[in-house]
Amino acid sequence: MALLEVRNLEVRFPLRGGELTALRDLSFSLNQGERLGIVGESGAGKSVAAFAILNLVSRPGYISAGSVLFEGRDLASLAPEQLRSIRGNRIAMIFQDPMMTLNPVLTIGTQMVECLQAHREISDKEAREIAVSKLRSVSIPAPAARMDQYPHELSGGMRQRVVIAIALLTEPSVIIADEPTTALDVTIQAEIMELLLELCENNNVALLLITHDLGVVSQVTQRTIVMYAGRIVEEGATRSIIDNPWHPYTHGLIDALPERTHRGQRLNQIPGMMPSLSAIPEGCAFHPRCEHMTELCQTQIPGYTLRDERRVACHWVEKQGESR
Amino acid sequence: MNADRPESPQVLLRVENLSKEFPLTSGLLEQLRFERGRLVRRQESVRAVNGVTLEVNRGDALCVVGESGCGKSTLARVVMGLIKPSRGSIYYEGKRIDDLPTEKLLTYRRKMQMIFQNPYASLNPRMTVKQTLEEPMRFHNPDISREELTHKIIEVMESVGVDPGWNQRFPHEFSGGQRQRISIARALMVDPEFIVADEPISALDVSIQAQVLNLLMEARKQRALTYLFITHDLSVVQHFGTRVAVMYLGALCESAKTEDLFGDPRHPYTQALLSAIPRLDQSRPTHIKLLGEVPTPINLPSGCYFHNRCQYATDRCRRETPNPILTGDSHWVACHAVEEGRIK
Repeated sequence: MALLEVRNLEVRFPLRGGELTALRDLSFSLNQGERLGIVGESGAGKSVAAFAILNLVSRPGYISAGSVLFEGRDLASLAPEQLRSIRGNRIAMIFQDPMMTLNPVLTIGTQMVECLQAHREISDKEAREIAVSKLRSVSIPAPAARMDQYPHELSGGMRQRVVIAIALLTEPSVIIADEPTTALDVTIQAEIMELLLELCENNNVALLLITHDLGVVSQVTQRTIVMYAGRIVEEGATRSIIDNPWHPYTHGLIDALPERTHRGQRLNQIPGMMPSLSAIPEGCAFHPRCEHMTELCQTQIPGYTLRDERRVACHWVEKQGESR
Repeated sequence: MNADRPESPQVLLRVENLSKEFPLTSGLLEQLRFERGRLVRRQESVRAVNGVTLEVNRGDALCVVGESGCGKSTLARVVMGLIKPSRGSIYYEGKRIDDLPTEKLLTYRRKMQMIFQNPYASLNPRMTVKQTLEEPMRFHNPDISREELTHKIIEVMESVGVDPGWNQRFPHEFSGGQRQRISIARALMVDPEFIVADEPISALDVSIQAQVLNLLMEARKQRALTYLFITHDLSVVQHFGTRVAVMYLGALCESAKTEDLFGDPRHPYTQALLSAIPRLDQSRPTHIKLLGEVPTPINLPSGCYFHNRCQYATDRCRRETPNPILTGDSHWVACHAVEEGRIK
């Protein structure tokens, strides 16, 4: 059985005169030690998905349907105190900006000890020892000395290493990382990604990596989910999606990258822009930008076509499969 | 001293030995320190740009790349005359412009326009698109007729792909990509020949980045523009730039034609930077590991600024600042190891 199983998850935000559906019909599973990427542009619903999995959707937003099964329990309907025993303990989180996630007025050591003691009954001394060993495991030089430093005394890359060390403290089985390197420079991004990849591999930790960067997904994950306007449009093995995307949106997204075009040539662009969640077009949300659009696309939301371990929501792909 | 220098006609902009420091301690009292029992006055400063020399040829798209804090944006602002350099000089078509008084600078301001990173911050939220586009035109041509102005606005809005019928709208009514089109339109209004673009697509999504990048490339062809393009995104550089200059801690490491720099990077920092780009065809990270961390630009390392992170560093690198040497067809590298033939 999968470690984490998300079924038909839906998130809504009440608005004046109606409701906005930020996430619809999100279903996927994550196995032990597996690395899964969720890609999409801003507004695609990737971060909402991460928050919804952890039942952290901020009010007035709410989970309106679906379930998140983790070790047989449904996170979407657990009581807050039971949730706390899973969140930050069995499932850890890493967010984009380490300066926002670390408390600026507490030392690194205090924050790490506090986190450990929230989940386990251990002495300060033991907690400090574990904390130092985790700092060492993320290759922070002089880990014992760092314990008494404040976040502002560290560089951006070091701070993100501390955040990863904190995530690892309780030896979680899943790490959810929401754009963990977007705020960092390219050489530091490469180091952090490699570190995260090695830690997950060595400790058999599952990784849910949320990012807009297809290059990063390609380097780190085994499976990829592509989201558009709050819904999964394609899912499959990372390599096969990148080498042979089926959904016209995935295709456009990969083709728009400069490395896919000869130097100085016009880049392939997807016309138009992602619709706002309050004005998602009828039928397939991508139809106004799609070159394969038909009348059916304008009226009917495409279901999922399953073929060759790939899942795609597209009428055009479905039809191609029939004629093959 | 206002020494203009004769220049070969293809050089549009020349920056010579340019440095910019930002003082951290401004008041006298802040500068006073006790050291070994004596009161001393010490001025601390952030050394953002350190002795940069470069040329931009007419028709070039010179990309300046580097990581955050390497001084690339400061370089752009100094070139535009938005801030005064601490040392060094800037020549435009052979005329020195960095020490000109404001009124004399106006003719150059018209030829040089800037596009900023964040289209949410660089457009005035209380001005309609029409007002935003009119302003630079009226400023530089006070006598322009209403018809001419309207005509120009329509022409420019069409060329950047924004419906001219929307000229009465305010910036908040547009998406990020469209706002960036409007800031490009504003820069194009006065028919400039040189555009400084500071991370113009970094704030945009991938599919929108491609649209804006295409627009900038078309404008370059149609209007014979020359670009100084500041970015941290190396895959964009590879696609867009005709030349590339790599900066590290305010100094130039390497500059070359784009195909030469990507095909045969010589400086150890350039090599590390290029290896760190996540590529679609890679199934694992394959970057060159650098030692240590980026030092602060307040206490710059002695010698080569890169020496404490470089696996090829020797005593000479720790002592002596390397000068750029020519290693190929207009391929400049500032590295002792390359000069001594220690690395290929």
